[in-house]
Amino acid sequence: MSSVSVSDSVETPVTSDPAAEPDDSAPATASATVGTERTPTEAELDRNMAIRVKDVSVDYRTIVNPRANTLRHTITNLGRKSNDRKVRYIHAVRGVSFEVPHGQVLGIIGANGAGKSTMMRAMAGILPPSSGEIVVNGRISVLLALGVGFNGQLSGRDNVILGSMAAGLTRAQVMDRFDQIVQWAELEDVIDLPMKAYSSGMYGRLAFAVSTHLDPDVLLVDEALSTGDAHFRRKSYEKMQEIVGQARTIVIVSHGIGAIKEMCDTVIWMHKGEVVKQGDPDEVAAEYLEFQGVPQVSKTDDEALVDDDDQSQMDDSMQMEDF
Amino acid sequence: MSSMVDTLSPPRDPSLDHLEHHVFRSRKTGVPRLGTYLPELWERREFVVELARCTLRAQNYTNVFGQLWLVLNPLLMGCVYFVLVDIINNSKHAPNYFAVLLAGLFLYTFFSSMLTQSAGSIIGASRLVLNSRLPRLVMPITQMVIAFFRFLPSLIVLFVVHELQHVAWGVADFYAIPAFIEVAMFGAGLGFICATCQVYFRDFSNFLPFVTRIWMFLSPVLWELQTVLSKHDLKSHIIPLNPLSPMIGAWGDALVYNVAPPYSWLLQGLAWGLGALVVGTLVFVRREREFSVRL
Repeated sequence: MSSVSVSDSVETPVTSDPAAEPDDSAPATASATVGTERTPTEAELDRNMAIRVKDVSVDYRTIVNPRANTLRHTITNLGRKSNDRKVRYIHAVRGVSFEVPHGQVLGIIGANGAGKSTMMRAMAGILPPSSGEIVVNGRISVLLALGVGFNGQLSGRDNVILGSMAAGLTRAQVMDRFDQIVQWAELEDVIDLPMKAYSSGMYGRLAFAVSTHLDPDVLLVDEALSTGDAHFRRKSYEKMQEIVGQARTIVIVSHGIGAIKEMCDTVIWMHKGEVVKQGDPDEVAAEYLEFQGVPQVSKTDDEALVDDDDQSQMDDSMQMEDF
Repeated sequence: MSSMVDTLSPPRDPSLDHLEHHVFRSRKTGVPRLGTYLPELWERREFVVELARCTLRAQNYTNVFGQLWLVLNPLLMGCVYFVLVDIINNSKHAPNYFAVLLAGLFLYTFFSSMLTQSAGSIIGASRLVLNSRLPRLVMPITQMVIAFFRFLPSLIVLFVVHELQHVAWGVADFYAIPAFIEVAMFGAGLGFICATCQVYFRDFSNFLPFVTRIWMFLSPVLWELQTVLSKHDLKSHIIPLNPLSPMIGAWGDALVYNVAPPYSWLLQGLAWGLGALVVGTLVFVRREREFSVRL
């Protein structure tokens, strides 16, 4: 299943990595044990890039018959070689590599089922890659779905606290930012109402405010710019710009090509789990739009065709669950 | 490359060394380095308590009695079992029987709700699992904290019943605390295993209520451990095999009879509790990376 077996921890903090651990007094790059000035070593790159994705593949494992996932089925079919138990692998991301330097904004575009959301979850450390390796330097904050950890029965106030704490803040840190968050979302009047009374736009605003007031080093945003009315879309956009201005690293997944072009330093176009093109936002976006504009996509590979169907279903169902 | 770092390093953080460093590799199962996992889990303690409190509050938001249900629930349940035992025993029982029954019943309810609630914890929090970077142990632990918060009001009921039945209080009552901790550890370990099982076998939670029900009848809840053990028949040899017997037995001895339970009971309970906790935690964390793929 996994081609690389690794014995160390899932997340290695700086201090527990003796090979790459520099002396406190020396900067990271100068203390490289090799000491020569040539192309940076792998270890150096791992330190200096905000995100390094190295030949990453992500597979989902599904059972052909969903009922086969039950204990009853397992017991009644014990020892029998049943077709139901057949496992099908959906290759959502296949051999993707890219790097994001600190302070850069990367956009990921692509059709449904391109593996964008999966890639984001892998970078966030939520989905384990099936092969390859991802290195992320910095505190990761994710905005993959709106209102994660929110409870509609509770007031907006409770949910701001809960959502921020779910993202890793302490109670004191939440209290410091609370007013700022509510003010930004412009929900001072209704913050004590139960969240289920909010309109979906208000819900989205508060969720966005919570996620962007977390002080992240690395922010992963999935399709969240498209919440709220024009005013808030503008405001979200400005907030993102502000975060970019603070030299933080951002990865954005969006179908909004305009925003991507305006904000990103680099754009990656993914299709069927692979990187088609990577580079200048205008160039990549133009080519992507041209590709999208052509209805007849030449699909020569039968296998890929089947897989793609599965992926689209997968992606759609995931998004339905998300919102 | 060093120049790149110099020019791009964020102004608020001159050195990149202080950044968290994450490496995600292709490994679906396997025990993570506990030296980093457990502190990370510990950092989430505030969130666990907050989530538990909020969940509990949200559950009783729309009820007429609201938070009063936290006291009503155990009291009504005690009455149900009292009537049941009363009918079976033809009304023959000790005068303090209600106190005896409630003590065991409340502790066992805490134990069984630890199991059933954590069984659904991962599946029930699929949004959180798929979209956040929490250590997954947070989910079952939150459910256990909820179970504990539900258990606390039942202590009030217990206290009132004790007063009404004139049960004596004394220093030996404190032996209930280690007994309780043992049950909590044992339940936590099994709860982690239940949560893991539920991800792989979705109908696991359908079996669980029956298991916990039968386990209750096999544990000294409706009957007393000391009376069965003193009979020296087959049952008295089988009953001690139940890990919960020494724990709940010690709890009842301390709380109701105000006597120190035999140390062997407490030691047995401790062994079971620690063992279950270690095994359960390892089973869970070994599998937890795969949960997001399985949801």
